[in-house]
Amino acid sequence: MSAQTPDAPSIELINVSRRFIAPTGKSLTALKDFTMRVDEGEFVAVVGPTGCGKSTTLNLITGLNKPSAGEVRIFGQPVSGIDPRIGFVFQTDALFPWRNVIDNVVAGPMFRGRPKAEAYQAARDWLSRVGLSKFEHHYPHQLSGGMRKRVSLAQTFINEPKILLMDEPFSALDVQTRVLMHEELLKLWAGSKASVIFVTHDLEEAIALADKVYVLTSGPGMVKSVYPIGIPRPRVMAEIRYEPQFIDIAHTIWNDLRDEVQRSYRQAGLAA
Amino acid sequence: MTDITLEDRSTVPVGTSDAEIEQAALTSLRKRRQTVLFWRLAILVALLGGWELAGRMTWIDPFFYSIPTAIVARLYEWITQGTSEGPLWYHLYVTMEESLAGFFSGAITGVIIGVALGRNKMLSDVFSIYIKLINSVPRVVLAPIFIMLFGLGLGSKIALSFVMVFFVVFSNAFQGVVEADRNMIANAMILGANQWQLTRHVIIPSAMSWIFASLHVSFGFAIIGAIVGEFVGSRYGIGLLINIAKGSFDASGMYAAIIIIMVVALIAEYLMTSVEKRLAKWRPVPQHDTH
Repeated sequence: MSAQTPDAPSIELINVSRRFIAPTGKSLTALKDFTMRVDEGEFVAVVGPTGCGKSTTLNLITGLNKPSAGEVRIFGQPVSGIDPRIGFVFQTDALFPWRNVIDNVVAGPMFRGRPKAEAYQAARDWLSRVGLSKFEHHYPHQLSGGMRKRVSLAQTFINEPKILLMDEPFSALDVQTRVLMHEELLKLWAGSKASVIFVTHDLEEAIALADKVYVLTSGPGMVKSVYPIGIPRPRVMAEIRYEPQFIDIAHTIWNDLRDEVQRSYRQAGLAA
Repeated sequence: MTDITLEDRSTVPVGTSDAEIEQAALTSLRKRRQTVLFWRLAILVALLGGWELAGRMTWIDPFFYSIPTAIVARLYEWITQGTSEGPLWYHLYVTMEESLAGFFSGAITGVIIGVALGRNKMLSDVFSIYIKLINSVPRVVLAPIFIMLFGLGLGSKIALSFVMVFFVVFSNAFQGVVEADRNMIANAMILGANQWQLTRHVIIPSAMSWIFASLHVSFGFAIIGAIVGEFVGSRYGIGLLINIAKGSFDASGMYAAIIIIMVVALIAEYLMTSVEKRLAKWRPVPQHDTH
């Protein structure tokens, strides 16, 4: 087999299950018979109630976790270890607080052994693309939440990932900043044409950004349904929420998702 | 419609413009600092003055308790004419040599082993029980053993300082490594860091504040190690001076030696804080609240 099978989807999860064993020996199934496919350059959003294994899916793709059953493939090859073609944006701040902005952005290329001058040139370039050129020498704690997220995006995009995994990246931001970040993300993504999996609990965010929305069942996570989002690009993030087409789609998917949210709420109530 | 009359400017209370509020805050801050300084000095003067007075009025026996002026006189004598055991500076030099050697060897070993065990779950599970066992031994009881093993010279004191420092630094480094943020580690790995880069650029910097907290205490421990070692058996050092002063009922001499050690420890603490400040310039500065 060649390193990259032509025509293979960027990401493929085939009947994947993931089981966690607690130290007491009790097991918990986070994902069950999970099947998903992301084509090259496609933007997929995954929504589902809390604790349905959304983040687990991403960890399986990065290779940080291994599936208990089934197979995870990227570009047609089974995942083994951390693939350099992957970029990951975290929910919480994962910047290095002891490094200033440019040293954070330059981390990826430096770890990968690119020459220093070249790496810093690329970092300056990415910082200007996210509009933070004036903040090169600030430390993360001196920036606002939105600015820190933009540093995170630059830090991820500088590695030119072919696959971009995002785990509720904007959930800690206020609503206005979030819309700005959506705009920013789509702009960067349009320039890179990476395949994206964007995990979120915010249905509107999912519809606004994605080509396809996966709805998961409450734990153990399974794919409940898949909705293609036909809203044409380029999309205007500040306006899209008020378009009738958007509202229709949101209504349809919400009817589907609501049952799962209520079920997960009841389960949590029983467990407590 | 009712007429709304604007309040006359002159009735507005003073101190409501930004500049005035800032000025008032600065003044009150300065006042507070002066008050703190005043009370610090007052307490020092009262304590020393009370001691001196009690000694001179023989409410306490100055033979056993000494008095501040006698201690100062003894210090002056040691500095200008040297001690009965030779020049003061040489004793100080020996004690510092032992403390610094013990401090650096203990701290470096502590960090290396702490990081190694913190990074390797298997190693830490196996060795944690032994470290707990050794850690439960009160360190000073090792002094006679080290004197026996390494003799009256430098070696035994460095060894004692080393064990005093090692465990403090080790356990903090270990804890710092274990508590390193998991997301930050995952982020570094996905960005392309190998295990060594991960340790060097993520694990050690995030454990650094824990390590520094332990370095502050452990320099004091290094001095304790050196001095206890000198008590038990030595030819030079501040510990020896205290021991000799004790043998000749020279209370002023003991206090003078203690003051020398205090000064050394304070200077070390100051140096350590300034190094830490330089290294920790990425940390947020606490903001002052206005009332």
